[in-house]
Amino acid sequence: MTTLIEVENVSKSFGGVVANNKISISVPEGKITGLIGPNGSGKTTLFNSIVGYHPIDSGSIRFKGQEISKLRVQQIARLGMLRTFQQTRIYAKMNCVNNMLISVPHRNATFTDMFRPYSKENLERAEHMLEFVGLYQKRKLPSGDLSFGQQKLLEFAMALMNQPELLLLDEPTAGINPTLINGLIDRLKRANTEFGITLFVIEHNMRVVMNLADSIYCLAHGELLAHGTPDQIQNDQNVIDAYLGAH
Amino acid sequence: MKFHKSELFGYGTLLTIGILGPLLFPAYTSQIAVLWIMVLFAQTWDAMGGQMGYNSLGNILFFGSGMYISAIVQIGLFYDVGVYTSAFGGDDAQFTSAQYYIGIFSGIGAAAVGSAILAASLGWVVFGLRGPYFAIGTLGMAIAAGELIGTWDWVGGGGGIALPVFPGSGDGKSQFFYWLCFLAAAMTFVFFRWLYTTRFGLAVNAIRDDEDKAEAMGLHTLRHKTVAWSISAFFLGISGALFGNMTGFIEPLEVAFPTITFGIFMVAMSLLGGKGTLWGPVLGAILFHVIKEATWTWFLGWQWIALGTIIIVNIVFFQQGIIGWMQEKWPEMFGIEVDSTAAEETTGRAGQ
Repeated sequence: MTTLIEVENVSKSFGGVVANNKISISVPEGKITGLIGPNGSGKTTLFNSIVGYHPIDSGSIRFKGQEISKLRVQQIARLGMLRTFQQTRIYAKMNCVNNMLISVPHRNATFTDMFRPYSKENLERAEHMLEFVGLYQKRKLPSGDLSFGQQKLLEFAMALMNQPELLLLDEPTAGINPTLINGLIDRLKRANTEFGITLFVIEHNMRVVMNLADSIYCLAHGELLAHGTPDQIQNDQNVIDAYLGAH
Repeated sequence: MKFHKSELFGYGTLLTIGILGPLLFPAYTSQIAVLWIMVLFAQTWDAMGGQMGYNSLGNILFFGSGMYISAIVQIGLFYDVGVYTSAFGGDDAQFTSAQYYIGIFSGIGAAAVGSAILAASLGWVVFGLRGPYFAIGTLGMAIAAGELIGTWDWVGGGGGIALPVFPGSGDGKSQFFYWLCFLAAAMTFVFFRWLYTTRFGLAVNAIRDDEDKAEAMGLHTLRHKTVAWSISAFFLGISGALFGNMTGFIEPLEVAFPTITFGIFMVAMSLLGGKGTLWGPVLGAILFHVIKEATWTWFLGWQWIALGTIIIVNIVFFQQGIIGWMQEKWPEMFGIEVDSTAAEETTGRAGQ
């Protein structure tokens, strides 16, 4: 089993606030890894550091053995690592199919590619992926007209369209109603097994993350608190004190 | 290519004005020629401001650069530019017919390519800016360009350059430039119409809707932005070369880099017609130009007030512009689907 992401002793401060303090984690290929912790514990900061959204103060981040902590957002995305946003981000004035088409992988895009139309294959895959997340009926609608939950599904489908090796999901179930959540868990698992995409998921919904993840990291106050299987994490006294609370 | 009925109507109208205009109203040939330049202005501005969401206030820079590049090529092919400009038109600088035509067509080509290269190199600097900062940054560049040219004696400085004289009658000249302007505007329109059907069209729309998201998805945003600006500059360069030769005399502040007239008109026209649409800039340019010429002719003294009123009403009450408003009113005409189920839900709730 190879490691896709290796974060080693990464620290990041904003002024006097230490958001991440010497965090070390590793995300194994082909698995689903969870990241939990109370609000303000540095989860999203860690995500932003990994995808190159801001420079880190110290430490090292490697993707498939390659140091990426100095690369820019787009370069990292083109390596095959994508993130979705906590506040869902889609192209609101474009319809769903166009949102999907523009998300084709840009890894090998040459200069003249931008003047080509999309292939029939691209279009079929876009519609197939929309069907996969259950938005096929809405494919011609401007995506800004979708409900928040549907936009989340669209953003997930866009990420799949990009054929990443690794997908970082920032609270995929936040704001989605309970009946849709089960469908989403199922789709996340299928993305992992059928499309072979490694997932790294920030999640506050304990039922979701315990159900989904193979292993879980827990952050608190910018420090790594615990790491283990869902069972180990659920019974870890530090995690219970800092985050889960007593049952 | 598939054409919508309303689009065919648009083409018909444009071709009718374009071909019959100068035949039926020969006295207005040069005004209609400027109309085509305005259409070109609006279309190239909209590629940036409308389709990509980068509101440039300095696109006039490439109009001016095209004008000067063309002038330098036209003169430089046959004379020493410095000597020619220091003689303010050159007493003994005469251009034969052949020299004139070789000069002007090489000049137009050089203006297009040169302006595109200029845009690509400036893009590296200004595309670090977004939103209002981009608007002000580009405005500053256009103003600076005018001032810089004004101090550059080799190209005539603030005194300007008298361009080679058209070898023919006045009517012949206005006909010649009329058809060139019409052709330039038509080429611009057809080119952008095609461009928006490629991946490029979606990419610039994505940059407009959420550039951070586009970056996070790995899109080559800088590449697309630079190419969009260069294409705009390419056609603006052509328009500058044509306008300069039509006027016959160019100088930096009023003719080549008129930031507060043409530079603002191109924004106002796109907004009036509906930015981010294919036909909006065309419609906006025609309306704006007709109103402008009419006020200049019949309400002289009030013309700026009239134009200012249009801009204010447009911005305050009517931001989506004419075509944008039509898209909201009759979306199916533009191939936009609306969520009929959501509409039913809303009306259902309202009925209870």
